[in-house]
Amino acid sequence: MSDLDATFMALADPTRRAILARLASGEATVMELSEPFTLSQPAISKHLKVLEKAGLITRSRDGTRRPCRIQAETLAQAAHWLEEFRKLWDARFRALDDLLDDMKAGHEPGPRDH
Amino acid sequence: MYRHTLEVAPKGERELVMTRRFDAPRALVFRALTEPHLVKRWLLGPDGWILSVCEIDLQVDGAYRYVWTHAERGEEMGMGGRYLEIERPDLIVHTEQFDMSWYPGSAIVTTRLTEAAGVTTFEITITYESAEARDIVAASPMREGAGASYDRLDSLLAGLATV
Repeated sequence: MSDLDATFMALADPTRRAILARLASGEATVMELSEPFTLSQPAISKHLKVLEKAGLITRSRDGTRRPCRIQAETLAQAAHWLEEFRKLWDARFRALDDLLDDMKAGHEPGPRDH
Repeated sequence: MYRHTLEVAPKGERELVMTRRFDAPRALVFRALTEPHLVKRWLLGPDGWILSVCEIDLQVDGAYRYVWTHAERGEEMGMGGRYLEIERPDLIVHTEQFDMSWYPGSAIVTTRLTEAAGVTTFEITITYESAEARDIVAASPMREGAGASYDRLDSLLAGLATV
């Protein structure tokens, strides 16, 4: 669960989500990533560190360039967990639908029936 | 049988709202939400988990506690809190904290029930302690009507989920 914590913490910031969206269409250097933002490069670098620590991006060396690349598997894991959470609440409310039908029909479980 | 849909949307900086309608009078829905033997019928855990503890002391400053146990592994997932306001049959406000929290801090949950023509609208507003905590929960494909900053993550996640 702690890996997912790091992923969610990383995803919590809108700048980091925008960085990921940009990297989804291809790798980019810190300079290229800083362009759309009013933030300085050091500020962007801080965000990149958080993303790297969460396993959402990898950084390599290409001469003097340090391109960042998105790590799809980490994001896919987070998306899977969140979809499971949504399915859980859907299932709960469908069970509640069934219970309410029973209660309306006078068939509710007694207090000791669990 | 027609099933109403679950809607989830972020609101403001710190809130998440879940809305769902039920074909039943408000008084019945209120009971189903607050009596342990009824709650056990629908407050399911994820696959393989059973609600083994369901304690509710429905009064202001009373506590509630839910624990799900994994049927085979015996692991436990617990959560609980205290009631802040209760107005039967239309309002319940309580705190919420997970034992192993996946978002920082605790939250305040406000449940409102309104009824029209035999249909009860159940609206839960979860107010997180910080914008960051709310964003952790809301950064997901499960909500609707989200702003532009969430839409990009939405399509990003949808695209990558197929990788």
